[in-house]
Amino acid sequence: MALLARRNLFHDRIRFTVTLTGIVFALVLIIIQFGLFLGFTTTTSNNIDRSKADLWIVFHSVGYFDTGRMFSERKYYEVLATPGVQQADKYIQNFAYWKKPDGGVENVQVIGFRPGGGLGEPWNIVQGNILDVKQEDGVIVDELYKEKLGVAKIGDRAEIGDHRARVVGFTHGIRSFTTSPFVYTSFKNSLNYTRPASHEDQLTYILIKVAPGFTPAEAQKNLRQRISDVDIYTSEEFSRRTRFYWMFTTGAGLAVLTAALMGLVVGVAVVAQTIYAATMDHIREYGTLKAMGATNLYLYRVLIEQAVWSAVLGYGFAMIVAHFIVQASEKGGALILMPLSMTIGMLFLAIFMCITAALVSINKVTRIDPAMVFKG
Amino acid sequence: MTTPLPSSKTVIRARGLSKLYREGATELRALSDVNLDIHSGQLTLLMGPSGSGKTTLLSILGCILRSTEGRLELLGEDVTSLREKELPRIRRNAIGFVFQGFNLFPTLTAAENVALAMDVRGVRGGPARQRAAELLQEVGLQDRSHAFPSDLSGGQKQRVAIARALAGDPPILLADEPTAALDSTSGRAVIELLQRLAHHHGRAVVMVTHDPRVLSYGDRILHLEDGRLVREEAALVATASTPFLPAVPATANFSAEFPAEF
Repeated sequence: MALLARRNLFHDRIRFTVTLTGIVFALVLIIIQFGLFLGFTTTTSNNIDRSKADLWIVFHSVGYFDTGRMFSERKYYEVLATPGVQQADKYIQNFAYWKKPDGGVENVQVIGFRPGGGLGEPWNIVQGNILDVKQEDGVIVDELYKEKLGVAKIGDRAEIGDHRARVVGFTHGIRSFTTSPFVYTSFKNSLNYTRPASHEDQLTYILIKVAPGFTPAEAQKNLRQRISDVDIYTSEEFSRRTRFYWMFTTGAGLAVLTAALMGLVVGVAVVAQTIYAATMDHIREYGTLKAMGATNLYLYRVLIEQAVWSAVLGYGFAMIVAHFIVQASEKGGALILMPLSMTIGMLFLAIFMCITAALVSINKVTRIDPAMVFKG
Repeated sequence: MTTPLPSSKTVIRARGLSKLYREGATELRALSDVNLDIHSGQLTLLMGPSGSGKTTLLSILGCILRSTEGRLELLGEDVTSLREKELPRIRRNAIGFVFQGFNLFPTLTAAENVALAMDVRGVRGGPARQRAAELLQEVGLQDRSHAFPSDLSGGQKQRVAIARALAGDPPILLADEPTAALDSTSGRAVIELLQRLAHHHGRAVVMVTHDPRVLSYGDRILHLEDGRLVREEAALVATASTPFLPAVPATANFSAEFPAEF
């Protein structure tokens, strides 16, 4: 049975190549779309997930990270006085204009944090020192946006909201989900760059480290009892809200998931067509097997084995192609992630896809009349 | 009916077999009230003009087709009362088929074709290969075991098909015009093989044929017309005009008799 399955599958090499191409195309499409989805998801909430904060205090009804709204600095002091709070840092997120040295203008997201505080800092710093943002005009940007921001090296200058900015460091791989790159600087500098509307409302978030002996939930409860007009989220809650907003409220996530689903449908259709054509080519052989006393289950196993062989080989080639695409994406604007769980999951998806595709053929051989073997 | 040889037994007993095909308002009676006993150790020829019901009868005897009426016993078991999903077991254990068009698997070698029939019966690996080698030796093709069907002559293909049909050591062998597509030399090799399988191995061989060249090999010749069994003849005496003569002596060793090019 196994031998027949393999021989029939590999016998017509052109058809088998078409089958493999269809599987590889479908899997790569699915990997790219799911990888983009994961990349987008990670990108949207990276600043929260990597903040090392336990809790985020945000202005009431602010739903996600990129639309932070300024609120009174007095709240910050109320937070510091709340039981369960070990550390609280002021944090700013706001959009501003970046004037490039050559005169062009880009929109950026300014992130203001307390250098050395450990909360809300940029990560993956590959050039420069994070403490250099304490300098009056020091900013850190990501290598990916050098060209977009018109800077190439440490010391290059630009302007943010009519204030001077000087690049003091570069990060690697911190993407923005919006078209506005992140510019990290000290909280103090960020006030200059973003020019809050009032002297009182001077922060967008408060990042909190919970004191030993308290759980985030306990600290969260204490804060809610003392501080009004704000929402208090654990990092996980705020991260999830941000991801959900971008992925589902905007439709961006649905778009890539739909494309992934289309990849699956195309894959099933292509593989089903080729496996069915191969089955029809060998239909008399299946009839002969039935006449010889083979059960339907025996024939199903032949077809399923062919489907699994197709899936495993297609998966192998797809992984090679996907590997290069994922590698290439690290240098591009859109991150495609392929974690181990997805790599393993794709194998099962490939097998599922090919077995689903084989169902058409299984239905066909189920209905074969073995009497056909006597006709001609 | 012909009296069976003293050592033979009735392996197929058909009583009142009829087959009616319906398509819309149209009805076609392919078989009518066929009564038949087939004995082991005999080569039974089933003859008749096209459309007389030969292949339909063979299909019913082979449990591939169900009769509309009547009763069929194979090896004493009433198969007409069996459920559809039990019939493959009967085909695997009791019956071997030989087809006019050989129906070999083109992607498998001769030995693999035979081993596949073992695989269908749950015998795999070394025992299947061993049995395939024995059967190919029995039909005189031990030297062609690694050849693909496309590299075999028509006669050789049919002998591989016979080896495959013997894989389950079936007491009944049903052959549908196995010599029709063969030249006289190959056809003779095949009919002699079938005759030997009946006479020396005690199998009941039923062979549908149009081929007058094989008449002298049959122990019984049953004539069908319009779906009815109309006449039975006992074995013919071979004459010098019989194209396939001389028949292989009963004691001949097959594997030694067949040149490889058959």
